[in-house]
Amino acid sequence: MSHNPYIYILIMAAVTFAIRVLPLTLVKKQFTNTFVRSFLYYVPYVTLSVMTFPAIINATHSPIAGIVAFAAGLVAAWFNAGLFKVSCVCCAVVFILEFFV
Amino acid sequence: MGGKNLIKSNRKVILEGMRDGIPIGLGYLAVSFSLGIAAKTAGLNAFQSFLASLLCNASAGEYSGFTVIAADSSYFVIALATLVANARYLLMSCALSQRISNDTSIIHRLLLGFFVTDEFFGISISRSGKLNPFYTYGAILIGCPCWAFGSMLGTIAGNLLPLRIVSALSVALFGMFLAIIVPPSRKNKTLLGIVLVSFAASFAFAYLPVINQIDEGTRTIILTIVISAAAALLFPVKEEEENENVA
Repeated sequence: MSHNPYIYILIMAAVTFAIRVLPLTLVKKQFTNTFVRSFLYYVPYVTLSVMTFPAIINATHSPIAGIVAFAAGLVAAWFNAGLFKVSCVCCAVVFILEFFV
Repeated sequence: MGGKNLIKSNRKVILEGMRDGIPIGLGYLAVSFSLGIAAKTAGLNAFQSFLASLLCNASAGEYSGFTVIAADSSYFVIALATLVANARYLLMSCALSQRISNDTSIIHRLLLGFFVTDEFFGISISRSGKLNPFYTYGAILIGCPCWAFGSMLGTIAGNLLPLRIVSALSVALFGMFLAIIVPPSRKNKTLLGIVLVSFAASFAFAYLPVINQIDEGTRTIILTIVISAAAALLFPVKEEEENENVA
């Protein structure tokens, strides 16, 4: 390659850091506008939902295992199993199912 | 007195963060391992792969950077690619800025900012009340080394880890996301509806022709902005609701 890999990496790191840090350092007050507050309240749930499905189906070797892991995770989370347990349930489902599919 | 109690509670909070950091670390190992393979393909060595993961802490962002490196494109292109792939962190940081107390020092703001990943953000906003940054630091202590060393191992060992294990570990992060979004949706029907709409819209975007050509990071941003804005217009949140919160 004709470019320096370390400069590539430093640019990646600088841009990533700037994106993450600017809102946290510039926004020091609580927003009062109802729309802005509501928007930011919904952002985490929407973005995590969007990132989870259908990506979970394509993450596993067999899509069927991914679908069942998704269903199992939903059920476990519905009954408040907590972060660690829900994760383990999903991993275990994929590990076991992929012996068969 | 007060100071001592504070330190004690910070230590307890760090431990809680470390506990919740375990599934993150496991998922990170699997994901960063495959990222390390991509780094190798791009021509990076194990140390460079380690360094990129240590400094960037971003899966999609690093992956898109590695494809630029592989193509030997200009420094401007890698800056732009990183910006697009990571733009969702701008929204997350904005949301996080509302969950920390106003007098949070600049050091904490810089540190939290450096480590805003999907996962650390997810568990941080799932805490009720104002976020104690030490909770996030606890999770970072477990997750971050896994991420950096996982990338390095991926670059070195390539395809040594059995596919079955990688496959199983790769859903750990998604399981965690479910544990964050589902319990509050059970209590709040509006939120449940919004989560279901998000699943459906994301599914449609992933499989509809033309739209599925847009990269995943950009799809996430578009859907997040559109759905959250529509939800905010249709179902404005009352303050009590906001505070009663999740976990």
